[in-house]
Amino acid sequence: MELIVQGIVEAARRIVTLDRDVLDAASASLAVSGTATALSIAIGIPLGALLGLGRFPGRNAVLSVVNTGMGLPPVAVGLFVAVLVWRSGPLGGLDWYCTRPAIVMAQLILAGPTVIGLTAVALQSVDPMLRTQLTSLGATGVQSAWLLVRESRLLLISAALAGFGAVISEIGASLMVGCNVKGDTRILTTAIALETSKGEFGTAFALAFILLALVFAVSAVTTWAQQRPRPL
Amino acid sequence: MSAILEARELRVVRGGREVVRIEALALEEASTLAILGPNGAGKTTLLLALAALLPSVGEVRFRGMPVVDALAFRRRVAVVFQRPLLLDRSVRENAELGLALRGVASQVRRSRAADALARLGIAHLAERSALGLSGGEAQRVSIARAIAVDPEILFLDEPFAALDAPTREALIADLARVLRTRRVTTVLVTHDRDEALSLADRIAVLLAGRLRQLDLAERVFANPADPEVAAFVGVENVLPARVESIAADLTTLRVADQLIEVTAEPPAGDDFPLLCVRPDDVVISRDPSTTSARNSFAGTIVRLEPIGRRVRIVLDCGFPLVANVTIRSARDLALAEGDVVTASFKATLPHLLARHRAA
Amino acid sequence: MKRILLAVVVLALAAGCASGSDAQRREVLLATTTSFQDSGLLDDLVSDFALKTGYRIRATAVGSGAAIALGSKGDADVVFAHSEQAELDFMAQGNGERRVKVMHNDFVIIGPATDPARARGQGSLAAFRAIAAAKATFYSRGDKSGTDVFEKNLWRQAGVTPSAPWYIEAATGMGQTLQIASEKRAYTIADRGTYLARKGGLALDILAEKEPPLFNYYHVMTVSPAKHPRVNSLGALAFVDYLVSPETQRRIQQFGVAKYGEPLFYPDAP
Repeated sequence: MELIVQGIVEAARRIVTLDRDVLDAASASLAVSGTATALSIAIGIPLGALLGLGRFPGRNAVLSVVNTGMGLPPVAVGLFVAVLVWRSGPLGGLDWYCTRPAIVMAQLILAGPTVIGLTAVALQSVDPMLRTQLTSLGATGVQSAWLLVRESRLLLISAALAGFGAVISEIGASLMVGCNVKGDTRILTTAIALETSKGEFGTAFALAFILLALVFAVSAVTTWAQQRPRPL
Repeated sequence: MSAILEARELRVVRGGREVVRIEALALEEASTLAILGPNGAGKTTLLLALAALLPSVGEVRFRGMPVVDALAFRRRVAVVFQRPLLLDRSVRENAELGLALRGVASQVRRSRAADALARLGIAHLAERSALGLSGGEAQRVSIARAIAVDPEILFLDEPFAALDAPTREALIADLARVLRTRRVTTVLVTHDRDEALSLADRIAVLLAGRLRQLDLAERVFANPADPEVAAFVGVENVLPARVESIAADLTTLRVADQLIEVTAEPPAGDDFPLLCVRPDDVVISRDPSTTSARNSFAGTIVRLEPIGRRVRIVLDCGFPLVANVTIRSARDLALAEGDVVTASFKATLPHLLARHRAA
Repeated sequence: MKRILLAVVVLALAAGCASGSDAQRREVLLATTTSFQDSGLLDDLVSDFALKTGYRIRATAVGSGAAIALGSKGDADVVFAHSEQAELDFMAQGNGERRVKVMHNDFVIIGPATDPARARGQGSLAAFRAIAAAKATFYSRGDKSGTDVFEKNLWRQAGVTPSAPWYIEAATGMGQTLQIASEKRAYTIADRGTYLARKGGLALDILAEKEPPLFNYYHVMTVSPAKHPRVNSLGALAFVDYLVSPETQRRIQQFGVAKYGEPLFYPDAP
């Protein structure tokens, strides 16, 4: 109990004094997870729309793969990406091992399927008559898909939030491909692990609080965007 | 007037079954064609095929040219469905949607959409969210959205079916006015006979996916092509009339040279309604004097047709009138073609329909 | 709305990828052990090295076994480990160019103050035998780290084959192993540096220390550019030169003294 209190005190101190290590870890987390989420939205929503609205042979197989992707164990993904980005691996020329791009890659693999899958379901649930109406108004396939994506925006906001949640709290893959380099790839989660194994519980607590605060802030903003009252 | 849309040997196959089969169908420009039939007849399927929203086999020509580029065709027409199918945005943005999809500049879009909303009487709703509207208001937005693009053909798929009676009547009147003013070529799918009569110049009767009759509206009702059509449309005498006077208890109308009195009230503001009398309600007698019916006319029997247990008598009373009598009565009265008899019906029986089309 | 979204995406991408676009040859990939990182000396030397030479070290701390494995695939430029036999194999296979002794620390055998196995004060090998005889719970790292290899070696020297259920392979880092042993009032072995760093939170005492079997030597090895052409050989050599320089050696000696009252590591460079 004393440890927890000590930890909380230490946390407050580091936050208030804008401790360098804490700030670095927080901004690193936001940068990599923010990028990964942004990319998974940019790639995932169009792919999800294609999947949800399209009819093509093998569609069910693709859906199964996407659903499997939603449950990938992060540490396994990390190992897979590490093997890719090691110098001895096929992407070795990029020299991404122990860098942020490697973490973004791993997190994109983790968040992407979630965004794709939830988008596909959201668009599949759209009123088929609405699709016919849009086509009848002269919409091309792309125009239609874009309009329907906008109609489903509440669900897609949830999908994006789910993607973000999956990666901001992720440690296994980030550690394996990012190497926890101080000031660069030492993100909140990997920093917490390191500080804990060094016995620096105060720092670990501070980082944990910030991580919680970050997740909460993002959720709060997203919920507000979803739920704000519509003009009557 | 030329045929703006023609279909030949048009077939639609769904789930391995042939659902619609039309040998020939033509739509005249600036006219309204109603596709009339019971539920399940394939009316919506036919409309979707004509609007290039469903794959079909056969020939469809638009202004004489086969429809090859479906997208280009769709951008020259507009469709209104039974449900409004609006997007979660403002009424104005919904009305502008068709124009936006066609790449029309935003200033132009705004004014054309505003104009369309005004014509449908809902300009005051422009900034409201489309999701909070009543059924009638929402359907007006859908119609405004369609006419805003100035379509060369307007397709309407049972647009009033989901509305209650007063809303429906008001909307039909407003829509008819808009169509008339802008001379929009229209295809209206409906199962409601009164709607078809009110709005359409010509009616195509669709039963079980086949086109059974395509004719001027009154002729379909006065002369159904076969018993099945007759059974569906409900044979009626449909007489164009003119309101002469309206008293507290009776409406007096002029049909051809004759005056007819009915208890029915004419639709508001309509001086040229359609007078509908069922042949079963017309009584034939040889003696003009002894009946309580307010409406008695001398008429010459043009044709006598036995149909089942009845005889169908076509009369010329200065206007065409069809009566149904029993075989026995026809025999008792010794009716024969060329005879002059008295045809009468009570004032309480006919009903009046608004005539929403060119006189 | 669309523009804001676009700006966010672009900024995020820029920030997210910023680190990847540097001139690659100023970056040196170092594979090393968790004990080196946990002690805090790694971070200290890395930032000092950057200040003095402008080389940025990207260190991955995975345990001696994994570190040497990475080096032998050419996935690291330089390896810093404390696992004698594995290192020699590494050099023998032609994976390394230079191997230099840098420093040593020592291991301590620790256990509960009550010492039920009576391991205290007899020296390391006797202590291990006592623990085995009493079948007292002993936590091993079991992860092929330098510490783990050292410990297995010690059992061999003591002539004992440890086995379940009293010998438990926890497969965790050094700090965590200490934590577990402390919680379970069990025996274990640790490098002095990590022990000192954690001492305050542990209920463990030193039962054997400061004798030759417990000395643990750290070597730095540069990965051979002949066998692995893509390594940053210059950077790796610069790191070696840095480690053996007199200033760094002094720095190593002074590390931890202010905090713990004694050094954690002893410089050994020739």
